[in-house]
Amino acid sequence: MIIVDKLYKGFNGIQVLKGISTTFKPGKTSLIIGQSGSGKTVFLKSLIGLHSPESGTISFNGGINTEFTTEQKRQWRQEIGMVFQGSALFDSQTVQDNVMFPLKMFKKQPEEQMLERVNFVLKRVNLENSNSKYPAELSGGMQKRVAIARAIVMNPKYLFCDEPNSGLDPNTAILIDNLIQEITDEYKITTVINTHDMNSVMQIGDKIVFLKDGVKAWEGTNKEIFKTDNEAVVKFVYSSELFKKVRLTYLNETK
Amino acid sequence: MAYLKHIGKYFMMLGQVFKKPQKGKVFKEALFREFEELGIKSIGIVIFISFFIGGVIALQTALNIENPLIPKYLVGFATKRSVILEFAPTFCSIILAGKVGSYITSSIGSMRVSEQIDALEVMGINSLNYLVLPKVLATVFFYPFLVILAMFLGIFGGWVAGFTSSMFSEIDYTQGLQLDFNPFLVQYALIKTLIFAFLIATVPSYHGYYVKGGSIAVGKASTQAVVWTIILIVISNYFLTQMLLT
Repeated sequence: MIIVDKLYKGFNGIQVLKGISTTFKPGKTSLIIGQSGSGKTVFLKSLIGLHSPESGTISFNGGINTEFTTEQKRQWRQEIGMVFQGSALFDSQTVQDNVMFPLKMFKKQPEEQMLERVNFVLKRVNLENSNSKYPAELSGGMQKRVAIARAIVMNPKYLFCDEPNSGLDPNTAILIDNLIQEITDEYKITTVINTHDMNSVMQIGDKIVFLKDGVKAWEGTNKEIFKTDNEAVVKFVYSSELFKKVRLTYLNETK
Repeated sequence: MAYLKHIGKYFMMLGQVFKKPQKGKVFKEALFREFEELGIKSIGIVIFISFFIGGVIALQTALNIENPLIPKYLVGFATKRSVILEFAPTFCSIILAGKVGSYITSSIGSMRVSEQIDALEVMGINSLNYLVLPKVLATVFFYPFLVILAMFLGIFGGWVAGFTSSMFSEIDYTQGLQLDFNPFLVQYALIKTLIFAFLIATVPSYHGYYVKGGSIAVGKASTQAVVWTIILIVISNYFLTQMLLT
């Protein structure tokens, strides 16, 4: 469980996050949505410790990350998997080496055992027979799947994804969404996703946090988002005619 | 004020770089990769340049000796001194600053803008130690050998120039080489090389690691890194010469 309490963060005198408090539960997929510049990425990077908060706390299963000792921090880092927006795969390494990298750094295992684990997670993300390929030889969707494989290879307790669907065609985007959802359910991971993709919101949002100008403007489930009358959420989520119709249909069906 | 900030940040970076590597085996692999990228792949350009520059130094010296009272062996003596004292350590380092420096900045800078460095940090890896320390060790251990190679080839280039142009004899040139040989000058050149190698690895790493923006920013950082590395090599060359030779 991740508990965020009154999180503030700014850069060069500009306040980006203004007292965000929320909770992310294990085995659930939580989505952070909001317009560009609303503070989503800063929020996510604060959660994974790439930005240190100005004030407020983020606790992981009761331990506050800024108060961890070096050893606790090392342990905590190994419990985190992160899928970056651009996949952030190491260009000079093959798919196999990319996925094996965290194991090589932190596990004291024979190479065969590591390879077994790598092959298992690559199979899990439907990427068998790509071990010897380099990231540049893969499509965007395949790169995302390698990034997911690398993120879960250490059996993390927490999975963070920064816009996992950006730049992908709708079909691949749905595949990635489903994959993340399945992995979350299967391993009871606490998953937090930053997204702009409204399909993801409708499909996999066990919990949705809507940020506006660095403030949490709304939170609820993907069912509640249909019914909300929060003006900012409605304006953001239902900006397209298609989603307006989807919402209308849902509301008519559930009356 | 901005310069002071950069200097402080540079030394803080070094503090992170010189920590014990987290995994010996991974570090060893990275170190050998850097030996190849930064060292072995630079041998060709060092061979090519040092051979021809040595030849040019010898020819220029021979052409400028018009006074019959000046002995012909001075060509060999002057070529040896120029190559050992300045050409091999300083000139080669400046060339390597251009070749290797831009490679280091662009490779680390690309990793920064494509969030690969963030990925390392999230995994709990000291990214500066992982990325920069192998580069520092590879340059510091390998470049003295490159400079020794440049010394031999520069002197050999001078000998070939005399042989092909018939402007001075082989015997005179060899006599000049043997005249007043002071081994400390080689030591001086190698000490300088160690400092220059350190600068060639760390200054471009600094520019690459802290780059902000996209590919244009990486390009600008590469240029800046090369310029600053050369400036620092030239300045440190001056002070090292004053400290070691006067």
